[in-house]
Amino acid sequence: MTDWPILSTVIFLPMVGVLLLLFMRDDTAHGRQNVMIISLVTTVLTFLVSLFVWAGFDGNNPDFQLVEQYYWLGRGITYHVGVDGISMLFVVLAAFLMPFGVLTSWNAITMRVKEYMIAFLVLETLIVGVFASLDLVLFYVFFEASLIPMFLIIGVWGGPRRIYASLKFFLYTLLGSIFMLVGILVMYSEAGTTSIPELLKHSFSPEMQTWLWLAFFVSFAVKVPMWPFHTWLPDAHVEAPTAGSVDLAALLLKFGGYGFLRFSLPMFPLASERFAPLILVLSVIAIIYASLVALMQSDIKKMIAYSSVAHMGYVTMGIYAVNQQGIHGAIFQMLSHGVISGALFLCVGIVYERTHTREISQYGGLVNNMPRYATAFMIFTMANVGLPGTSAFVGEFLATIGIFQVSIWTGVFATTGVVLSAAYMLWLYRRMIFGPADKPKMMALTDITMREHFIVWPLIAVTIFFGIYPSPVFDVSTASVDQLINNFQAAVHAAASANPAAK
Amino acid sequence: MFLYKTIVFLPLIGALIAGILGRQIGAKASEYVTTGLMALTAILSWYVFVTVALGDPGALPVHVNILRWMQSGGIDVSWSLRIDTLTAVMLIVVNTVSTLVHVYSMGYMHTDPHRPRFFAYLSFFTFAMLMLVTSDNLLQMFFGWEGVGLASYLLIGFWYTRPSANAAAIKAFVVNRVGDFGFMLGIAGAFVLFGSINFDVIFASAQSMASGQGAQASDTLINFAGHSLTRGGAVTLVCLLLFMGAMGKSAQFLLHTWLPDAMEGPTPVSALIHAATMVTAGVFLVARMSPVFELSHDALTVVTIVGAITAFFAATVGLVQNDIKRVIAYSTCSQLGYMFVALGVGAYGAAVFHLFTHAFFKALLFLCAGSVIHAVDGEQDMRKMGGLRTHIPKTFWMMVIGTLAITGVGIPFTPIGFAGFFSKDVIIESTFASHSAVSGFAFTLLVIAALFTSFYSWRLIFMTFFNAPRASHEVMHHVHESPRVMLVPLYILAIGAVLAGVIFEGHFFGEAYQEFWKGALFTLPENKLVEEFHHVPLLVSVSPFLAMVIGFLIAYQFYIRSPETPKRLAAQHRVLYEFLLNKWYFDELYDFLFVRSSKAFGRWLWQRVDVGVIDHYGPNGFAARVMDITNRVVRWQTGYLYHYAFAMMLGIAAFFTWMMLGSSV
Repeated sequence: MTDWPILSTVIFLPMVGVLLLLFMRDDTAHGRQNVMIISLVTTVLTFLVSLFVWAGFDGNNPDFQLVEQYYWLGRGITYHVGVDGISMLFVVLAAFLMPFGVLTSWNAITMRVKEYMIAFLVLETLIVGVFASLDLVLFYVFFEASLIPMFLIIGVWGGPRRIYASLKFFLYTLLGSIFMLVGILVMYSEAGTTSIPELLKHSFSPEMQTWLWLAFFVSFAVKVPMWPFHTWLPDAHVEAPTAGSVDLAALLLKFGGYGFLRFSLPMFPLASERFAPLILVLSVIAIIYASLVALMQSDIKKMIAYSSVAHMGYVTMGIYAVNQQGIHGAIFQMLSHGVISGALFLCVGIVYERTHTREISQYGGLVNNMPRYATAFMIFTMANVGLPGTSAFVGEFLATIGIFQVSIWTGVFATTGVVLSAAYMLWLYRRMIFGPADKPKMMALTDITMREHFIVWPLIAVTIFFGIYPSPVFDVSTASVDQLINNFQAAVHAAASANPAAK
Repeated sequence: MFLYKTIVFLPLIGALIAGILGRQIGAKASEYVTTGLMALTAILSWYVFVTVALGDPGALPVHVNILRWMQSGGIDVSWSLRIDTLTAVMLIVVNTVSTLVHVYSMGYMHTDPHRPRFFAYLSFFTFAMLMLVTSDNLLQMFFGWEGVGLASYLLIGFWYTRPSANAAAIKAFVVNRVGDFGFMLGIAGAFVLFGSINFDVIFASAQSMASGQGAQASDTLINFAGHSLTRGGAVTLVCLLLFMGAMGKSAQFLLHTWLPDAMEGPTPVSALIHAATMVTAGVFLVARMSPVFELSHDALTVVTIVGAITAFFAATVGLVQNDIKRVIAYSTCSQLGYMFVALGVGAYGAAVFHLFTHAFFKALLFLCAGSVIHAVDGEQDMRKMGGLRTHIPKTFWMMVIGTLAITGVGIPFTPIGFAGFFSKDVIIESTFASHSAVSGFAFTLLVIAALFTSFYSWRLIFMTFFNAPRASHEVMHHVHESPRVMLVPLYILAIGAVLAGVIFEGHFFGEAYQEFWKGALFTLPENKLVEEFHHVPLLVSVSPFLAMVIGFLIAYQFYIRSPETPKRLAAQHRVLYEFLLNKWYFDELYDFLFVRSSKAFGRWLWQRVDVGVIDHYGPNGFAARVMDITNRVVRWQTGYLYHYAFAMMLGIAAFFTWMMLGSSV
């Protein structure tokens, strides 16, 4: 088992599913059913294999593990994958969430089912690839290519304004990528390699760091998304089909935070130190601004999208606190937000499939005829509010502790999020779920089906399990986080002692 | 060790059984399972109380480790229990009242179709409360803190088809979150200050600070708002942040607005959560953190002021309310103010003593109010009651006992009196005797509040049980005494309301103080209130008694002898009456200041900034510029050959010019 290229298996297993799908027909109900089954089996298998990645991972080793490297393009650009304690968790997260995307699409997608599932599985390969890449060029290819299936999922299977939304999505992210591409070329000409482990050891000159940091920043800030680069997200979410929203919120947004952790912080420590105040300010603005805007949304998905922006504010804030609690908190918040925002979009998908409306005012009184749904939605609502005992609390708390040690004011402003998130989520819950049974259209809805039980319960279990016992995540990530912080501080100190006048 | 885990987790097991299997096993079974487990928990906690608080258990506190929670750098937190006298007191308060409320609810809720859900919530609440009081670190306490908040939210909104209940539930949760905002920052501050959020470490380093060891007192520890805080300032900051959490949970002045609205929940919930247990969590927090609070005079002064204002403010509002539950809710708010004053002046034992007695008589009053409401078909307006004394005599007498206890009836200078007589007197005397800068201010407000308490409590009795019935004939025809399942909890609580004071005064705040607390409450050596509070002038000692008697006489005059007087007074002092009736207009003020402005600001950010600026100049603007440029380019494509030929000619001319000039340079 040890010699088996297990990471590549996780990356490319979905492509095997794609190959199978290519030979299938989806013009009958039976055929569509088979397409779904193949996709489900593929994603579940991929998840199971990804668990072997976790099992085979040595938490005490801070370096890259399960590394594979093959000759790919000339001049030292190789197919080079591997994971450390940070990226491994995202590989598992991505593989874990994909089966839910398939399950939620079971009846929701009726047109071009085969093409939809192909786009979906290709997306899985690309997402896992992003987190596993150890070569800058490979990373860039995965990073950019993931745009294409997402663009298609929104643009082809999306809602009425899908063209506008998908173009906006494309435009924003492409703008970011251009700068990153320039940055990558500069790094290659500077360091003479595109291997990430070697680049991590290379120290760029302070001036160079500033420019490179800025180039990467634009790209990652769009992905996170940080204020003011966030306006693509609500539109994209609203128009995307449920599974698209899940992948977008749960996984694609994490590219940004992961990018900061993998590139900006360790490769450009001096620039990171310099720009940290900027990031903290933008994070706090994101938390307060997006929460207030979420309060006034009339569209469920838009509200959850804005709530995502606010929650990702904790992530960027934690990362740029650059201490153990902050970075642990950011990582945990990303994982937890992946599960919880995914679950919220899946919950919205469950009722959307029945009513075909996302207007909050159309809903009301669902608790009367959908008590099980109401329970599940309550749990995710409380998780999104950051109640202790759910995974969201662990991330938010650690990020807050982390930032409090660096800047009390940032901590104070960021913590207002606990009040605002309670306000918008509970108000949403009240308008959708509580109330008398006086809307005939809503009272006709049936409670969650067996398939939907399979969607909500595993997610509830994960949310509560990691809220009470987050240690498995800390056990594997602490060594890598410590190394990241130590290297960062060593670089900052070295620069300060080399040039005492500047500090 | 297993004993303590059993006490904490039995209610959770009950909650899960009723919550998950409630539909399968039915309502009756859910009731019996949850109530049975609660009763067992209560018995075990009395056993713990006797062994830990009254007996000699050896080394305290006892630590019980359960599970790792978070380890990140200096943050090393586990799920673990901490058992000492303070915990033991809270265990019996929480579990006794909770068990009785479970039993009572079997009768009170017997027609409700959602009983399994109700009992699951009640047991879940108890579990969260137990996690709070047994916590060994600030974080687990916060877990219990938010857990009881969730249970409170769910139970206030239990009747989810009522818009008012839903609004009250959200209000309770969000206002509590404002307090939690402070609590969370307080935890962060404590971590920076002490390097840990585990109680043992915090208390140890607080004590070394008290004796002048550790970091230099003048070292800057925290930079806040441009000020470099020294150790004293940092301790004050942490205390005030934690106290903000306590203000939210214990409904203190400025963060009190949720508590009266919380009466939308079923009455047993009001008795358990909004009177006896959850709202006292703030008092527990400050008592638990006494080693830290003792270090900051400033923080304690703030606690005293807020407590005194709350005691006074809530009592004034209670004077004129007409909803039977709201009167008791404001009374709760006011009594919590007493407890905070006691904490603020350094009489921690007195605060916990009042918490203890108050739990009995306030739960009794609420459950009696429930029994009254049950009797008159759900009516809560006292103006539509009256004359119920002969119809529901058992409830009447129980409620009188509760009223005697809360108003503090007793014979001065003798050990004869109801529970409130002892605990309230101890607080008032300690306040006077203390060296706090604001003791005179607090003492005055507390005595006035005692007068008001007596007035509104008797007003409630007189309006509800005396005079001619004001309810409709139909309602009066159906008035009935409650079933035994509801009455027995009243009897048990009444025993507590009568005896809790006289039995335990010496332990909580008297001669047996040291042997009882065993160091669970920390006071500085110069704090000798336990001995000093008796040595106050005679007038001070009898002042609460006088206030109680005067309040009773005024109430008697207004509502028995001359019922026209209050109406006349209300008409004469229209403005004052409206001001009190509308609770000092806090709801209106907050709605204007926070709710509406947040909504307006949110809408403005969305439509003006997101759409109006970012999108307009960002992606849409970019797209529009691209369109402009392409349109212009398209305009060049005229389709006339001579246009193109002309452009080519120009181009070639320019090219050659550049070549010739370029090469000559």
